[in-house]
Amino acid sequence: MGVKIFEWLDERLGLKEIYNTVLDRRVPKVNWWFTLGSASLFLCLMQGLTGIFLTMYYVPDPTKAYDSIEYIMNGVTFGWLIRGIHHWGASLLVILVFIHMLRTFFYGAYKYPREITWLTGVGLLLFTLGMGFTGYLLPWNQRAFWATTVGTEIAGAVPPRALGEFILKVLRGGVDLSAVTLARFFSAHIWILPAVFLALLGIHMYLIVKLGISSVPLDDE
Amino acid sequence: MAKTSSRLSRREFTAIVMGFLGSIMGAVIGLPLIGYIISPVIKAKKIDDWVSLGALENYPIGIPTLFSFTRTKVNGWEQTTNSYGVYILRESESSVKVFSNVCTHLSCRVNWVPETQTFNCPCHDAKFDINGNVVYGPPPRPMDRWGDEEINIDADGNLLIHFTEG
Repeated sequence: MGVKIFEWLDERLGLKEIYNTVLDRRVPKVNWWFTLGSASLFLCLMQGLTGIFLTMYYVPDPTKAYDSIEYIMNGVTFGWLIRGIHHWGASLLVILVFIHMLRTFFYGAYKYPREITWLTGVGLLLFTLGMGFTGYLLPWNQRAFWATTVGTEIAGAVPPRALGEFILKVLRGGVDLSAVTLARFFSAHIWILPAVFLALLGIHMYLIVKLGISSVPLDDE
Repeated sequence: MAKTSSRLSRREFTAIVMGFLGSIMGAVIGLPLIGYIISPVIKAKKIDDWVSLGALENYPIGIPTLFSFTRTKVNGWEQTTNSYGVYILRESESSVKVFSNVCTHLSCRVNWVPETQTFNCPCHDAKFDINGNVVYGPPPRPMDRWGDEEINIDADGNLLIHFTEG
């Protein structure tokens, strides 16, 4: 029965072909450093999943943000686990993608024909940091508030002065760090940055499947 | 290794281990998520209170009279204050009926209309008579009424009802 259903679906969707192309690719003999991309992907999925569920209780408003997280941590069943994975996963993801980048760099895996994989990877790294930065404000505690004060001031230091101040105001949604800042950081954190991130990730993954992965360089290479 | 071997191939072994580990990881995330989603239902606060409706003698005989009260509870990160209404019908000096003003159809609030001597619901045009029986419209049952054991009159002549929710 199960086999018949699968074959019916496979004939129409090409499931085996997808499996063979995506997962049964031929890969060179590589080492453990080559697992960091998959690890990053897995953590991305976890961040997406736990993040989606955190929005079920989180409220991006200065009077309620902290209370809603307090409720997630102390009131909601396994809320501490879902937020804990999201919190620690964020830091771990930054570390992983960084080492992933270093491996690609030192093995020269960014070279022809994989330049675009590298470039989209750079974008993915920056967007990961962007999501880390915007997510940091959301608990709306002292650390979040002052980290964002400092972070937006750094962005505001862009010369010339008028441009820097304009960037600062755009990031904060005004001169002050306010409810408007929290709302736009939340929006950027869950909609804008992830949307662009997913587009880049799609290209990145497509290229990995299309081009295959590079092998470990030889000693004299 | 020959294909005819009954021993597990490296490929099969890997597939089984991956499936096993994947299932564990899925369960570690998936099962807590169920609790996470239904948590507000499990931890909902209950209300179990005797509510004073004031002196019984203040209620007119033969005319359903509305009494409103509020109760506050904590839902997640906010205090939720709900308003509740009951219709008190004093049939004689000593006998009293207390109705909930919640329509038994879909929980809109009914109003007593003296002209027609009915409780009318604004949502789907339901009508109940003075004793709470359905005279028109979609409600599946008469208006909810406090039973005798849920009504009390204290030493000072105050009318109390046993109010529960959740």
